[in-house]
Amino acid sequence: MAEIQLRDIRKSFGAFEVIKGVSMDIKAGEFMVFVGPSGCGKSTLLRLISGLEEITAGTLSFDGQVVNQLTPPKRGIAMVFQSYALYPHMTVYENMAFGMQLAGRDKAQCKQRVEAAAEMLQLTPYLQRLPRQLSGGQRQRVAIGRAIVRDPKVFLFDEPLSNLDAALRVATRLEIAKLHRKMHNTTMIYVTHDQVEAMTLADRICVLRDGLVEQIGTPLELYESPNSLFVAGFIGSPKMNFLSGDFSRPYDAHTIGIRAEHITITPHDGHWAGTVVHSEILGSDSYVYIDAGSSEPLIVRETGVTGHLPGQKLEVAPIEGRVHRFDAAGQAMATAKLRGAA
Amino acid sequence: MTELSLASPSAVAVTRGGIRSDLQAQRVRSAWIFLAPTLFVLAIVAGWPLIRTIYFSFTDASLTDLSGANFVGFKNYLSWITLKSGRIVYSGLLADPAWWGAVWNTLKFTLISVVIETVLGLIVALVLNAEFRGRGLVRAAILIPWAIPTIVSAKMWAWMLNDQFGILNDMLLGLGLISQKIAWTASPDTAMIAVLVVDVWKTTPFMALLILAGLQMVPGDIYEAARIDGIHPVRVFWHLTLPLIRPALMVAIIFRMLDSLRIFDLIYVLTPNNAQTRTMSVLARENLFEFDKFAYGAAASTMLFLIIATITVLYMWFGRVNLEGER
Repeated sequence: MAEIQLRDIRKSFGAFEVIKGVSMDIKAGEFMVFVGPSGCGKSTLLRLISGLEEITAGTLSFDGQVVNQLTPPKRGIAMVFQSYALYPHMTVYENMAFGMQLAGRDKAQCKQRVEAAAEMLQLTPYLQRLPRQLSGGQRQRVAIGRAIVRDPKVFLFDEPLSNLDAALRVATRLEIAKLHRKMHNTTMIYVTHDQVEAMTLADRICVLRDGLVEQIGTPLELYESPNSLFVAGFIGSPKMNFLSGDFSRPYDAHTIGIRAEHITITPHDGHWAGTVVHSEILGSDSYVYIDAGSSEPLIVRETGVTGHLPGQKLEVAPIEGRVHRFDAAGQAMATAKLRGAA
Repeated sequence: MTELSLASPSAVAVTRGGIRSDLQAQRVRSAWIFLAPTLFVLAIVAGWPLIRTIYFSFTDASLTDLSGANFVGFKNYLSWITLKSGRIVYSGLLADPAWWGAVWNTLKFTLISVVIETVLGLIVALVLNAEFRGRGLVRAAILIPWAIPTIVSAKMWAWMLNDQFGILNDMLLGLGLISQKIAWTASPDTAMIAVLVVDVWKTTPFMALLILAGLQMVPGDIYEAARIDGIHPVRVFWHLTLPLIRPALMVAIIFRMLDSLRIFDLIYVLTPNNAQTRTMSVLARENLFEFDKFAYGAAASTMLFLIIATITVLYMWFGRVNLEGER
């Protein structure tokens, strides 16, 4: 159980500042996800919290105690690496027990905890195997197991699913979600560049951009009320439609954004008119790409299988109250009704 | 109908077997074509001289009359005559105290030099593996002793170790560590030490480079995992680094060991005609070309080959060295 406070955290490598003043509070037992494009500083921020990198300026505290100068083991953290970082010459059992044996714990207790962790992660049949004899998903479970036996106050994940194939990624994501529920007293911080992982796992998401916090909130808050163009474009799949110029002028905004599911195809009296350029049929729903004269085609979601073919002329209208408005700097403006509309 | 259905699977099997063996034969053939030039060169530069040496060791060949050599069996290795008094007198290489002295010198030299070079090489490699400014430059600079031809470095050291004009004696005298000049390379007490010092100076870089290559194969993230686990650096070295570089270390040791067992040039230049440093190779050369005992020298060379082969096989057996590069 640990509450984590970041106060104006900065990190420079030489003259290059990577983290430019980050402040946030992570509640005890919370699952916080750091998300952002590559190079935004999310992994560096995690390494600062872990103690693998030294903090240049600012204070980091766990439960009110400043931990800036503490070594990783003294902070009571455990970390799961993208590349698993298993000790290649040790068996699964030794990998999990290695760190613990040194903490002065007796053999029986050590064994019991490794076996409990193995049980939880369905690793019991593999305890005597070497990492190279395991699949990618099993290796990542061993890495998670090694972290669990440490009984950490704070659990850190650095893109743990990036090296797994698509099917395993979904399965392991589920494992991590279950793990969080079992270890509800443990604060977890998870770094990813995949917004789907962020949306599905997080209690709260922190979107980072160029070493600064762009927005912190629950997945739904970020999805429904992004406070900038960047967050709006980053969260959600497919990407939010952005329209400017003649499209945004009636809304009194520099740019407007509207999600694919918030546009409806109407037989007539549509807001915008265009030609279908492409349809993606996924079974449960379909995405229709419409060239309405904007820089990129509008993406419209329809439930079920769409009957619209390329070349077809269509009229579409946004759902009232679902249009996001952004100013020239990309900052969100209060959602307002269409000027002059009834 | 029944006959047909029974016959057809076997017919298919035959065809498939035929295709596979054709493909395999073709691959075996191309393998041999690729190997042939190497095998041919090896046969003429290594195989043929080895066979000739072994052959001469069973003859009475002399340097002036190689073609007129007569077969004498094991006489060069061991022979004995019984005197009238009943005493048996042994002769031949295996009864020669000079030979056993050379064997002992060689083994002593190999053991001490390889142990020191391994430890120092490991330390240097660990330093070079760390991140610091100008690492590339230091890595290149450290190779200089290895790059200098042995004859040159041996002569250079011979002058530094010289009893009259050597800088070493001058420095030690100046510091008051010795009271009179020492003949480092000539004195029986110090000759072996002098040879060892120069060999360590010269080949530690090579050892360091081979170990460094092994160190760079160790993934960096496991060190971070160890830091998170709170494992003491000394323990990290013994439990993570050392086991993981063991394959590279074992290969480096075997390279150095083979070199040391054959040591000739350094000793020939630095401490010639010194019984304390006469190795198997030095003794073989003396007999082959200086003492006009060509067949005897050939026998010594053959024994040298056998001893090195035995040690190598034993080392690979007990050290479980895997030269196929698997972990």
